[in-house]
Amino acid sequence: MLYLFLRRLLFVVPILFLVSILVFSFVLLIPGDPAVTLAGDNPTPEQIAQIRDKLGLDDPIIVQYGHWVDDLVHGDLGDSLFTGRSVWKSIKERLPVTISLASLSLLFALIIAVPAGIIAATNRGRWIDSLTTVGASLGLAMPSFWLGLILVLVFGLKLGWLPATGFVPISESPWQWLKHLVLPALTLGAAAAAETTRQLRASLSDVLDQDYVRTARAKGLGWRSVVFKHGMKNAAIPVITVIGFQVAFLLGGSVIVEQLFALPGLGGLAIRAVLDRDVPIIQGIVMFAATIVIAINLIVDMLYGFLNPKVRSS
Amino acid sequence: MSSAAQPDLNATVGDRAAPAATGVVALQVDGLVVEFATDRGWARVVDGVSYAVASGETLAIVGESGSGKSVSNLATMGLLARSARVPAGTALLEGTDLLELSQRQLEDVRGDRIAMIFQEPMTSLNPAFRVGDQIAEVVRKHRHASRRDAWRRAVEVLDLVGIPRAADRARAYPHEFSGGMRQRVMIAMALACEPLVIIADEPTTALDVTIQAQVLDLLRATRDELGMALLFITHDLGVVADVADRVMVMYAGQAVETGTVDEIFFHPMHPYTEGLLRSMPQVGTQGRTLASIPGQPPAPWSMPGGCRFAPRCPYAIDACRAAPVPLVELTPGHQVRCVRAHELTLRGAA
Amino acid sequence: MSGSDGSFDREMDFQDPWTGFTGWGDTAADDVTGESAARRFVRRFAGHRVAVLALVLIVLLILVAIFAPTIAPFDPNKQSLANHLKGPSSTHWLGTDELGRDVLSRIVYGSRVSLTAALQAVVIAVLLGVPPGLLAGFFGSWIDVIISRLTDAVMSFPPLLLAIGIVGVFGAGLRNAMLAVGIIFAPRFLRLTRSAVLSVRQETYIEASRSIGTSTTRILRTRILPNILSPLVVQISLSLGFAMLAEAGLSFLGLGVQPPQASWGAMVGRAYRYLDEAPTLVIFPGLAIVLAVLGFNLLGDGLRDSFGRETRKGGA
Repeated sequence: MLYLFLRRLLFVVPILFLVSILVFSFVLLIPGDPAVTLAGDNPTPEQIAQIRDKLGLDDPIIVQYGHWVDDLVHGDLGDSLFTGRSVWKSIKERLPVTISLASLSLLFALIIAVPAGIIAATNRGRWIDSLTTVGASLGLAMPSFWLGLILVLVFGLKLGWLPATGFVPISESPWQWLKHLVLPALTLGAAAAAETTRQLRASLSDVLDQDYVRTARAKGLGWRSVVFKHGMKNAAIPVITVIGFQVAFLLGGSVIVEQLFALPGLGGLAIRAVLDRDVPIIQGIVMFAATIVIAINLIVDMLYGFLNPKVRSS
Repeated sequence: MSSAAQPDLNATVGDRAAPAATGVVALQVDGLVVEFATDRGWARVVDGVSYAVASGETLAIVGESGSGKSVSNLATMGLLARSARVPAGTALLEGTDLLELSQRQLEDVRGDRIAMIFQEPMTSLNPAFRVGDQIAEVVRKHRHASRRDAWRRAVEVLDLVGIPRAADRARAYPHEFSGGMRQRVMIAMALACEPLVIIADEPTTALDVTIQAQVLDLLRATRDELGMALLFITHDLGVVADVADRVMVMYAGQAVETGTVDEIFFHPMHPYTEGLLRSMPQVGTQGRTLASIPGQPPAPWSMPGGCRFAPRCPYAIDACRAAPVPLVELTPGHQVRCVRAHELTLRGAA
Repeated sequence: MSGSDGSFDREMDFQDPWTGFTGWGDTAADDVTGESAARRFVRRFAGHRVAVLALVLIVLLILVAIFAPTIAPFDPNKQSLANHLKGPSSTHWLGTDELGRDVLSRIVYGSRVSLTAALQAVVIAVLLGVPPGLLAGFFGSWIDVIISRLTDAVMSFPPLLLAIGIVGVFGAGLRNAMLAVGIIFAPRFLRLTRSAVLSVRQETYIEASRSIGTSTTRILRTRILPNILSPLVVQISLSLGFAMLAEAGLSFLGLGVQPPQASWGAMVGRAYRYLDEAPTLVIFPGLAIVLAVLGFNLLGDGLRDSFGRETRKGGA
């Protein structure tokens, strides 16, 4: 297991390297003279020079990249072009909101998807299976902001059960925290729930057709034992891959949902940075998110090892 | 056990099982019918099959794929797909009709009183669990044994089926075994609770010839040692001579000939049996193309009106196509479903 | 156990009834193996009710986009402040927006924006994904390693966030937004192409045609392209749906289409301030998105099922 971890870690390094190059190249991709473009409308020559200096645009590209990565490794993502605040500080400040939202969404998604997938797979071809499939297709086809607005309309405005906007830190009041996050998390988690349901239905149906499931039944094991023990341990492998992917989607999707529900998370920071063309913040957020996704993938690989003895021993 | 009485010569016995040769009848199946839901309605894939197997005895069920030989046994085990139904028949095991039991009741019988070995050792074991655990699971379910006792029993049966260093190997995962060894694990799993009947569905088909012989030896030895009844399902008559006492040949969902191994091999009465014997690779047939039976078995939804084998039978005459042919007993224990059984002289194996 | 009298070997003079016998010819089970691949596809697709329905939906959508000027009852940009935020009525079937514009007409015209945007993104994704996928799969070795690692890197970004980042760099606007979505989708096409090429390459006939000196481009054209076509078509259909969602999301955030032009996502983005007063303003454009995306997704699923190999599991 440790060997597998080290080997996977070795695999991560070149990817992180490539990701950092891609993120760094954002500056290079800015059309025209980046300093002029970034300085906004009617810049003074001083402003342009300041930006040029801040981004080190006069150095050779390799040197620029070297500086950038050096800072990155030391936890320095640079400073905002406009406020001059440390990017890492801004991210850290807003991170709890995004983490709360993303993890609660994932939790909701699993609470919906696991039973739904199992019910569909064990009742293939029956009405409940069709219902689940239709529901999953709808969940994938709905834009998150639209679903969010419908939920706000029904549960916020018409019924008045849940607040439509705002955020309360969990340290202040866990109950208020949850109340404010229910609608956003449902909104963000719907697509993840749909995708996970589809994958679980497909892989569990596949597993239940396997010879070893027939063997388990021939042994006299009950339905529960066959589905949950013999079925799920094998069906979980592709499902975990999909859940790993979902984390990336949730991090991206949170931008829209945070905007919709006025949550002060990373999404708001990103949108403002994009509209301001505040490249260091954009780079910082994208790099940070990519690192999280890579870490999640590493965890997923470890889970494979746990679930599949073949991976472990090879 | 009324069918143990001696039937008259030429009597129709299609709905009654032939008496077992030795010992006490362990499993007796009568008039079994299995149907599958298809686009064309219910397709009858097993049509009134009867057989019995006694303790210490081996009955081989032989037929091409699709003849219904596997489906009949899956039906008695209650392991049919949801799209199948069993509209008629009984399967008596220790006085209980398995076909009358609920799934819950069947779970107590399966793996305990009646066990099954499948064709594909590569895919029939769960890749995610240690083989010892997979065997211990049966013991814990049926014997309510402690974790430790069940494990000990698992090692014991692994040793019994000839797995070297059984105590160590029990900790291994299926992918760490060869095909032949996996089939031994499957046999060990079937033996774990010392069942009355073992159904082996093509247990050697996926194996190399030398490994085949070893597994057959093992099956025969354990049957003799533990005195259980063995139902051996195969498409390969060559294997049958080595293990079986009696043989039932199935075609298109029906038994077409039943008899002792010697009767089937040396005095076949049904043209289909003769065809199977001819298509068997034999010593001294090098240089001659292996004869196979022309054509394909009929689909369940378009069964011929008369003899189901007639379209592929070189001996077929108009009488064969006129009406369904009953299974008749020509000599005690030797039953045939052929209009011309009396007049034909068929050739057996060399 | 050698039966001395019944053996075929010793009595070669005996007339064997099986010799030359080929059956009486009436056993044919229903045989579909002689069917061509295209006919099988059509038969299976036609039997897939949901997929056919989805196809009809997509065709209708395309017709609406083409004939928008004839179909739309009003000028989509004509304002009438006196009539703003009106609910559905007999003149304005789906009501009017905050500037008094007819919502139905705007949805009809919006279909043009949404469809072409999705198409742009997918074309970019195909152009960026398929050629390197072919290269990686066909030549292997270090080319494959570099391209595959780069794909892994791009796939490590949260998709929407990467798109937002790219738009941030290039500037807001529909074209840049769709370029970003295209870049996000490219790795899917790359991986799909690469694995399809790899599986075809392993088939012996490729080796055979290589050994007789067939040129690489000819092998690509005659052997590999036909084989990747069906997974490609499926992926294109699914990607069109997702591209539409991505466009809607970016336009909702104000990073995509710019006013006065309106895509469905942008319409919802403008309308959500009036959610309380005029909920239909949010509901209808959103429904249009759901229907269109559902159409592409279900069509993609249906195509995949119809292209796939026959997977009939027999009873025994």
